[in-house]
Amino acid sequence: MKEELAKIREEALEAIRNTDVDSALDAVRVKYLGKKGELTALLKQTGKLPAEERPVVGQLANEVRTTLTEAIAVQKKALADSAMELRLAAETVDVTIPGERTDLGHIHPLTKVVDEITEVFTGMGFEVADGPEIELAAYNFTRLNTDEGHPGREWTDTFYITEGHDDPKNDAVLLRSQTSPMQIRVMEQKQPPIRMIAPGRVFRKDEADATHSPMFHQIEGMVVDKGITMADLKGTLNEVVKALYGPDAVTRFRPHHFPFTEPSCEVDMQCFECRGKGCSVCKGEGWIELLGAGMIHPKVLEGCGIDTDVYSGWAFGMGVERLAMRRYGIKDLRLVYENDVRFLKQF
Amino acid sequence: MRLSRKWLNEFVDCGSVSDKAFAEAMTLSGSKVETVEDHGAAFKNVVVGRILSMERHPNSDHMWVLDMDVGEDVPIQICTGAWNIHEGDLVPVAKHNSLLPGGHKITKGKLRGVLSNGMLCSLTELGLDTRDFPYGVVKPAAILGDYHVIPGEKPSIPEDIQPGHRIYGKIVAARVLSCQTVGYGSYALTIDTGKGEAETTTDCQNIHAGDMICYHTGEGTVLTPADIHAQQREFPNCIEDGIFVLNEDCKPGDDIPAVLGLDDHMVEFEITPNRPDCLGVIGLAREAAVTFGKELKLHTPEVKGCGDTIVDYADVDILDPDLCPRYCGRLVRNVKIGPSPKWMRERLRASGVRPINNIVDITNYVMIEYGQPMHSFDFACVEGHHINVRRAYPGEDMTTLDGKARKLKDTMLVIADEKKPICIAGVMGGENSEITDQTTSVFFESANFNGVSIRKTATALGMRTEASGRYEKGLDPMNTLPAVERACELVELLGCGEVLDGVIDVVAQDFTPTSLKLEPDKVNALLGTDIPEEEMRKTLLDLGFTLDGDTIYVPSWRGDVSHYSDIAEEVARFYGYNNLPTTLMHGETTRGGLNRSQKASNYVGQICRGLGYSEILTYSFISPSYYNKIRMAEDDPRRKSITILNPLGEDTSIMRTTAIPSLLETLARNYSHRNPSARLYELARIYLPQEGQELANERKMLCLGGYGGNLDFFSFKGAVETVLESLGIENARFTAEKNDPTFHPGRCTTLTVNGKLVGVLGQVHPLVNENYGVEPPMFAAQLDFALLLEAQKREITYLPLPKFPAVERDIAVVCDTDVPVASLTDSISRGGKGLVKEVKLFDIYTGKPIPEGKKSVAFSLRLRAEDHTLTDTEADADIQSVLAQLEQDCGAVLR
Repeated sequence: MKEELAKIREEALEAIRNTDVDSALDAVRVKYLGKKGELTALLKQTGKLPAEERPVVGQLANEVRTTLTEAIAVQKKALADSAMELRLAAETVDVTIPGERTDLGHIHPLTKVVDEITEVFTGMGFEVADGPEIELAAYNFTRLNTDEGHPGREWTDTFYITEGHDDPKNDAVLLRSQTSPMQIRVMEQKQPPIRMIAPGRVFRKDEADATHSPMFHQIEGMVVDKGITMADLKGTLNEVVKALYGPDAVTRFRPHHFPFTEPSCEVDMQCFECRGKGCSVCKGEGWIELLGAGMIHPKVLEGCGIDTDVYSGWAFGMGVERLAMRRYGIKDLRLVYENDVRFLKQF
Repeated sequence: MRLSRKWLNEFVDCGSVSDKAFAEAMTLSGSKVETVEDHGAAFKNVVVGRILSMERHPNSDHMWVLDMDVGEDVPIQICTGAWNIHEGDLVPVAKHNSLLPGGHKITKGKLRGVLSNGMLCSLTELGLDTRDFPYGVVKPAAILGDYHVIPGEKPSIPEDIQPGHRIYGKIVAARVLSCQTVGYGSYALTIDTGKGEAETTTDCQNIHAGDMICYHTGEGTVLTPADIHAQQREFPNCIEDGIFVLNEDCKPGDDIPAVLGLDDHMVEFEITPNRPDCLGVIGLAREAAVTFGKELKLHTPEVKGCGDTIVDYADVDILDPDLCPRYCGRLVRNVKIGPSPKWMRERLRASGVRPINNIVDITNYVMIEYGQPMHSFDFACVEGHHINVRRAYPGEDMTTLDGKARKLKDTMLVIADEKKPICIAGVMGGENSEITDQTTSVFFESANFNGVSIRKTATALGMRTEASGRYEKGLDPMNTLPAVERACELVELLGCGEVLDGVIDVVAQDFTPTSLKLEPDKVNALLGTDIPEEEMRKTLLDLGFTLDGDTIYVPSWRGDVSHYSDIAEEVARFYGYNNLPTTLMHGETTRGGLNRSQKASNYVGQICRGLGYSEILTYSFISPSYYNKIRMAEDDPRRKSITILNPLGEDTSIMRTTAIPSLLETLARNYSHRNPSARLYELARIYLPQEGQELANERKMLCLGGYGGNLDFFSFKGAVETVLESLGIENARFTAEKNDPTFHPGRCTTLTVNGKLVGVLGQVHPLVNENYGVEPPMFAAQLDFALLLEAQKREITYLPLPKFPAVERDIAVVCDTDVPVASLTDSISRGGKGLVKEVKLFDIYTGKPIPEGKKSVAFSLRLRAEDHTLTDTEADADIQSVLAQLEQDCGAVLR
């Protein structure tokens, strides 16, 4: 009997090893270990053995069963593994083939720049104001300390809708030539403390060419509060420039003239290309003009009913197009308003 | 403003400051430097050379080979084609490896086989002309060896002409036996006239021994081609051009820029309109003096006079004092018109002004130095010797110095004599009183005019001049007198006339200096500084302000200062903007951030881009013809647009009342640029006129549009629907719109939300496509953004997820083809007894076996009860009810 057991063991192990599919393995299991299997059949005969042999043969038979059961399990796993391997190999794709994409739309470069700047200012507690683009001369000029006779008022510079009637210097209607009227509009609507920026369209009578456009964008900004100083203007604008151009950005402030700020300044940033040595980007100056700013002229504040003994403020204005053109290396402004998809796609 | 640093140094000593440091410091104190130019840098290796000897070129009949002393150990050899040179002449030599203005590089080379170690230079090659160096004019003699017959004509001079041959009249050919330089541009000749030797002198510079010349036996003179009525091409080498023979105090080897005064450094300033005082050397010198802490050395002009007085000869009346606050004039007689001296020409040229003659140069010189425009009249042309400053009479006209006839308007100020205008005040003089070579008496004008009036006149006449550009900014009325004094001082210095005693000075307006209080605390509070009062006082004094206790008197040239904030700027400029502290604002914090509409704009943009639509920005103004292009009805109220009175052109002349044309223009442009497809969006502003109001109703419109790339009506509409979903708009209704002429009548829908019309979308009408020249169908949508926001669902309440399973039922119904799907879905929603939770269209079919004029529409319905699992019976009952409703509402029956 022992020999028979050993024989079954060898035969069965051989059969298990030779299986290549799950069903064959199953058949082997049934053949040897099933209810009518060879091992089972042999075990049934142990009763006929002498009593003293029975435990020995029984133990041996169990060992064979265990060995076979384990061998089947091992083979089963091996078969599953190789089946998986085959499947994975069959399913393999060329992952370098481009995916099926949804075409994304792109933001306009000017909006991108405005959004970026807006984010910096809103983070500093500034609100965003919006106002009319068709504006009264009073807001665009007079109340900004820009009286009659200023060249900006000329028909050669500003687009007019009406010449005005009773009081032309104030009630003429025009396309705003700057976002600065937003200073007046916000001061009319709000009491200090005021911190606002106003991005928007402005219009000037320039033929479109590589650097001019009859319509372009500015961002106005204004702070009015108690005890606001020119040092605050510098501190805030320095922070803004660093936020936009990185912590290493170097600025300089130099005197300039705007009718509605006094003292007025222009803010330059050291050329990022040459670090101030002078190159083609900064046209040899070493500095790049960023924006105009200044302390809001007391006459402007007073004109909005703000008590200049208590309050003061600063304001700035910057051109969006120039910023965007420099940032993205756009050489011709007309591209910006041409809206060719090949252009837009790059932003 | 172009500033000569040499000129500046006369008033403030900052010659030792490098150009870069000068530019930087001036920029930071408020006078922005645009460029700095070193004139001498245009030259390299160009020196004075002396002609030691000259021989005719062995291989050329018109060239010379020269031995030149250029200040080096050994002479150098140079070939030249010029004839106006002689042994001993000093000339500019561009040596081997030299640089001339315009970037021209000169190297050595062989000219017809003979080595030339450089080049002799003409005025032109030095970047100059004879107005810069009037003595550099070349006078050529007619050299008969250079005679060329005009093809087709009979030669008037025989080829084998010999001394004594008569040319015509008393003119004969003569051979030059010797030519000696006797002075600058002056030569003594010994000639063979055919009848023996003769001696003569000439100032023709192109004669050398051996030449055959034309000689007038009667007058004993050498003749030029012009004298013998010859054309230039008959004597191609006898020209009024040649090497610039120097008449300067110099020696071989000297650097040419220094010898000719071309070594100045020019600084170009951007002067802000509030500082017209800086449009003159003195004004900038004052700024430079304070910037560098140096003394400002001013000069008071002194005029000797000649004893006779102006009041006996001239009279001035200001008839329109509102436009002419002050008029100063002086008279000069026995004027000798000629070139001005070299130093003056140098400075003018460096400042960008061409020298003309001494009198004109003096007026320009004074303008640049004082910033005060001047004018000079030929006094003989001033009728009645009486000057009237008045507005032009209606219909008057005048020819200005540039030779153009100008029609004058009665708003324009003119300087007139008793009969006629002789100058457009502050803009340009008249031809009728121009300084000419014959002028003998000159009236100098130095006046103050109303800036706005000058600007308007100059603009109206389209002639912005140096003078008008200064006047329009409003000049210092106190500057007129020193300027005219300076001009007359220069007249005496140059010895070009006798200045009459006395100045006519008509003052038509009073000038009181502006005064204000010095308030150091206020200044410091505005700047955020604590600058000591003493420092403020010093800055103001240095700038020419006067102080009396706490009262500041503003100098007449600083019309821009009238307020303590102006004083703060003066103080800050010289304290240094960059030395001001930098602080972060304290005080009440503000919340800031974007409002709902701004956030929604950003969000909608993101959604549109996610859907593949790119953002565009288009002009707010359009052409009225654009309305025709989109086939807008003639009586459409949107045709009533706000119109620009002074547009750049028709294309940008009205403010759009719809953004559709801008969108279609952009699509069309993309199509014409051969982009196969485009999907675009814009949050575009439109401008609607408002009855009885000055300003417009400006509304933001969300526009989407596209063509190509499988875009069809439903994919386009789907994009719009997704945008609506993203905004949380639930009650959107689409209704077929057949009457919008811009759109395809069968593929256009209006969008209403809660009964309010929000916008329109659809496929663009094929005729509109044609108008734009676009072949593939274009799609466009325009939705009122504010109305969208109004319709936005703002409160979100969570609905529990269903606890019980749903039952799916598909139904297909047959109805007339023109029944809209929206009506069927409405009907289904109405018909169900609250169990129908979702209706999904999945098929529309026409064709057999469906009868003609009918369609089969299939829906998938999802039914569910909230509180129990639906039974088939319940679901069937609901479906029956739905079908009944469909039949009742739409005549649709189960297929």
